[in-house]
Amino acid sequence: MTSQTDPIIAMRDVSKFFGDFQALNDVSLDIALGERVVVCGPSGSGKSTLIRCINRLEAHESGQIIVDGTTLTGDRDTLDKIRGTVGMVFQQFNLFPHLTVLENLTLGPRRVLGLTEKDANARGMKYLERVQIPDQANKFPRQLSGGQQQRVAIARSLCMEPRIMLFDEPTSALDPEMIAEVLDVMTELAQSGMTMIVVTHEMGFARRVADKMVFMDKGEIVEVGAPEDVFTKPKSERFGQFLQQILNH
Amino acid sequence: MMKRLFSFLTLGVLMAGCSGNWGWYVVNPATTSGYNNLKFMLSGAIYTIQLSVTAILISVIVGLLVALPGLSEKKGWRAFNRTYVEVVRAVPILVLILWVYYGLPTLSGITLSVFWAGVIALALSDSAFEAEIFRAGIQSIDKGQYEASQSISLSYSDTMRYVILPQAIRRILPALGNQLVYMLKMSSLVSVIGMQELTRKANELVVSEYRPLEIYTILVLEYLVLILIVSAGVRYLERRLNASAA
Repeated sequence: MTSQTDPIIAMRDVSKFFGDFQALNDVSLDIALGERVVVCGPSGSGKSTLIRCINRLEAHESGQIIVDGTTLTGDRDTLDKIRGTVGMVFQQFNLFPHLTVLENLTLGPRRVLGLTEKDANARGMKYLERVQIPDQANKFPRQLSGGQQQRVAIARSLCMEPRIMLFDEPTSALDPEMIAEVLDVMTELAQSGMTMIVVTHEMGFARRVADKMVFMDKGEIVEVGAPEDVFTKPKSERFGQFLQQILNH
Repeated sequence: MMKRLFSFLTLGVLMAGCSGNWGWYVVNPATTSGYNNLKFMLSGAIYTIQLSVTAILISVIVGLLVALPGLSEKKGWRAFNRTYVEVVRAVPILVLILWVYYGLPTLSGITLSVFWAGVIALALSDSAFEAEIFRAGIQSIDKGQYEASQSISLSYSDTMRYVILPQAIRRILPALGNQLVYMLKMSSLVSVIGMQELTRKANELVVSEYRPLEIYTILVLEYLVLILIVSAGVRYLERRLNASAA
């Protein structure tokens, strides 16, 4: 499953502090093109910080992050390059509430990629169809259910045609009956070959689509393994305890 | 509601006029002199409006330009914002008008017309308040909006223009309306440097007619009408903006 070529994301000894609190402690991780990675761990373990460092919503203090051959720095050109390559979906959707669904999707293509309104709209509709809500194009986000809003957010990212998609607890803010529709879209995306890094506690999803499971605790990567291995016999005690806690309720 | 308010006010004024202390003849449109006096007073309205509207437009732009550095992560930018707001806010408007009209030409060598001196003084004074309103409005927008904008590579100026400001302006619209009302009232101070706006016209008429009670009452009503129109306009705008994002 893992390719022999250079990883599309390489993190080397990455550390990140928030004041005195160390959110990431010498984290190293390689992710290959097309790989689907699920990151889990208790709250405050640094899993969100880990993926937020990949598109530099958080700046790491030490270590090195290389995304698609580009070493991350705060420099404007680098940021533009990285954020054109990496899309992100947030726990709270973060849709633009004053714009319609279609306008949410086309803002980036028009202003960043320079598409004409017609081309941007066509692209927007293509991805709305992909997340199966083309009929909501002219509504405002607040008129949609949570599950629909998150699917719009996924479509908004896809409109930038990224090579890597980051998901930061995409279903944690959703009512239980809406989780499935979002996971279905993500599963379809995974099957299409998108490189994905997903922070989630949805272990059913992890089992179905993940190539690699990453378990974090206290700012460190404790265990990395294939889902079929870690679910049956996790190597570390902490991961075992964590899996029992979230699978047994 | 506004109609009722007007009839109540007119009634009150007319009833008071019956008491014998009033001399409404001075602005009675049925007589030639009364008609001319009234026309003279109303002719100031255009200058009051031009003055206020020009000043508020400039102060909103300057206010925004001062607010943005106040939101910067860089200390120097924030210090600029604080200094501007504190200093400009501390100068009384009347003092600023006098300083700009009589002082600034000596300093800069440029002679300002009464109108532009008034506009500059009003706009400068108000810009400090606008800056604080914008800063509060922009700060009230969730940081997720910035992160979502960053994640699709939107530049800072596009983020402000397409994402943050449209949402912030909806929230600060009532406060901006307040400032416009305030500006209309403060424009009366520009009469001291000779601007022929409503208050100046009233003052001149009082000097020739010796009827301050009637003339200043009309002046009060003139400002009241202007301000009620502005309030209605702001409320209409609020409704329209809210409807478009319902």
